[in-house]
Amino acid sequence: MLNNIVKKEKLAYGVHLFWIENPIISKKAKPGQFVIFRIHEGGERIPLTISKTKGNMFRVIVKAVGKSTYELCKLKENDYIKDVVGPLGTPSEIKRYGRVLVIGGGVGIAAIAPIVDALINVGNKVDTILAARNKESIILEDEFKDSENLYFATNDGSKGEKLFPNQLMEKLIKEEKYDVVWAIGPALMMKACSEVAKQHNLKIFVSLNAIMVDGTGMCGGCRVRIKDTLKYTCVDGPEFDGRDVDWNSFLTRLSQYKAEEKKALENYLKIVGEPTWL
Amino acid sequence: MALKDRVNPIERNPKERAKDFSEVSLGYTENLAIIEAKRCLQCKIPTCVKGCPVGIDIPGFIKQIANEKFQESYKILKKYNALPAICGRVCPQEVQCEGACVLNKMGKPIAIGSLERFVADWASKNNIKDEIKIEKKLNKKIAIIGAGPSGLTAASELAKSGFLVDVYETFSEPGGVLIYGIPEFRLPKSIVKKEVDFLKELGVNILLNIPVGNAIEPQELLEKYDAIFIGVGAGTPKFMNIEGTELNGVYSANEFLTRINLMKAYKFPEYDTPVKIGKNVVVIGGGNTAMDAARSALRLGANVTIIYRRSEEEMPARKAEIHHAKEEGVKFQLLTQPISYIGDKEGNLIGIKCVKMKLGQPDKSGRRKPIPIENSEFIIPTEIAIEAIGTNPNKLLLSKFEGLKLNKWGYIQTNEYGQTSIPKVFAGGDIVTGSATVILAMGAGKKAAKKIKEFLND
Repeated sequence: MLNNIVKKEKLAYGVHLFWIENPIISKKAKPGQFVIFRIHEGGERIPLTISKTKGNMFRVIVKAVGKSTYELCKLKENDYIKDVVGPLGTPSEIKRYGRVLVIGGGVGIAAIAPIVDALINVGNKVDTILAARNKESIILEDEFKDSENLYFATNDGSKGEKLFPNQLMEKLIKEEKYDVVWAIGPALMMKACSEVAKQHNLKIFVSLNAIMVDGTGMCGGCRVRIKDTLKYTCVDGPEFDGRDVDWNSFLTRLSQYKAEEKKALENYLKIVGEPTWL
Repeated sequence: MALKDRVNPIERNPKERAKDFSEVSLGYTENLAIIEAKRCLQCKIPTCVKGCPVGIDIPGFIKQIANEKFQESYKILKKYNALPAICGRVCPQEVQCEGACVLNKMGKPIAIGSLERFVADWASKNNIKDEIKIEKKLNKKIAIIGAGPSGLTAASELAKSGFLVDVYETFSEPGGVLIYGIPEFRLPKSIVKKEVDFLKELGVNILLNIPVGNAIEPQELLEKYDAIFIGVGAGTPKFMNIEGTELNGVYSANEFLTRINLMKAYKFPEYDTPVKIGKNVVVIGGGNTAMDAARSALRLGANVTIIYRRSEEEMPARKAEIHHAKEEGVKFQLLTQPISYIGDKEGNLIGIKCVKMKLGQPDKSGRRKPIPIENSEFIIPTEIAIEAIGTNPNKLLLSKFEGLKLNKWGYIQTNEYGQTSIPKVFAGGDIVTGSATVILAMGAGKKAAKKIKEFLND
């Protein structure tokens, strides 16, 4: 078996968890790496962070935002993903730092799960912030029990503090001396956290969700300016020190296909009707 | 003896073909091929063969066309070249076999490339099955990394010799640059597929979606295989790195062509991958990739200009491709160098600031060096810019291959037979030479295969 969906679970509206059978990826994946899916012949290549591995399977958590992810979320258990390539990208720099703060925002929580585990495994004391819009959007809470302290931040205050993750980060930094920070989530969240880190002269890893095609350094589409040099997110990253990222141009490039994405989703919804499966 | 004029293959009307992605050249009919083949002087010492990187018996296969024995001709061709339908289309024959043809002295050389294509297409149309002749089965395993022209050629040679061959490819389709780089109108994907199918019949095992280096570490390959051939190409695009390179609308030719060729973005939204299509497109560069990008953009309905910092004479693209591009309506703005991109408030490209150039004395490349003309800056308004200025080696695998010696530009160092600093590891194609041509990569694959055989039989 290869690339069949062994297990699928809805975690929140439009947020779905998939366990995919693929012995190579499950054996080789390291925290911080990603895969690229092409779900059918005419499909886009969709990069997704590997969220966990177990036996012959790996896990990804997908948020439906456009046509391709809507379509992916429509797949059921025992369906196949046509092409899965990975693991791709440079793994997270896991080592003994001392005290680490890890922030996951939205589906970014899926990405930090293996990083937190790995950091704890090598002897770090890890404080974790899980942040989301509201209580219902906090995912995988159970997987962070080994954190030294587990904090929550929601936009509406329905769980934990009613703060943006960067605000909670700022607050924690004043109370505790951290050696390094990870912040993975929406680009604006990572940008805001990077600004806090910069002010406090603190190294911060962010994972850039750039638009990519091949994921192997061949198209240059995922290029990002890091301290005045062009880097390719897919091979040089996806993790970079957030203090060095040129966030404005990164955000510009993320919006590149807005019009096309909108059109594709509209067309798709015309065909399938109400996306009841989300 | 009066020498007959060269017979040219049939080409579609430029106005019509510039609107679609179907093939530009329709090739020869049987009659035309025979007439052209009869022009061949059948030289006793054929200089054309020396000009061919894979050493095809050119007079041999042409003679059979002249005799109307197309199947015989195909047999000869296929003996030397695993991918004749591809080479007949994309080889730079004018500087290889045709460049060496003695008829150059008296008129136009034999259209060797078009004849090669004719024979390969004829065989395909008539369902001629390739003879699968495998020498004694050998219980030795070879890993080939990269299913591009060099890897596929090495695979074919080694499989024919009886080795067990596994080809690892990162993409979902084999073919490398033949699939993602060269557009459908110059090389239909169905042809690449057919030639790859032949390899499968030879018993070559093609493993797709496997990024070697990550999914399998070099050390594992070294343990599992008796020899390894690396043919991963030089896929990482270079950028001029001028101000505004991040703007929306600035592409590398690799990305633009991959979206169109591999992901079929020209069929968006029927296919899911989009590509930006502006009213105006500017392509920067003078090589074949620049021509391919420009002609692709033209087919998407854009008004296309190629800007190049030297004059047409120095352009590295094939003359035929430059000619095709012009015929179809691509404009050329020569002696022009971009200096920065201009964007609007939303981060979209709206123009390129350029400077005019003049040519000085020849530089290291042997071409006259372009020199900026002072105070000659001007702006070309455009929504899309495509940089086709070359590539660098890809780090994905090489950074993980311990002990593999690279040269100062990051390409793999080999001896003349393609052997690297690790004795059982061979390499060839663009990852050794820097970006070159399909046929040179194939030649390297063939040469390395021969050496691998010797290495393993010792």
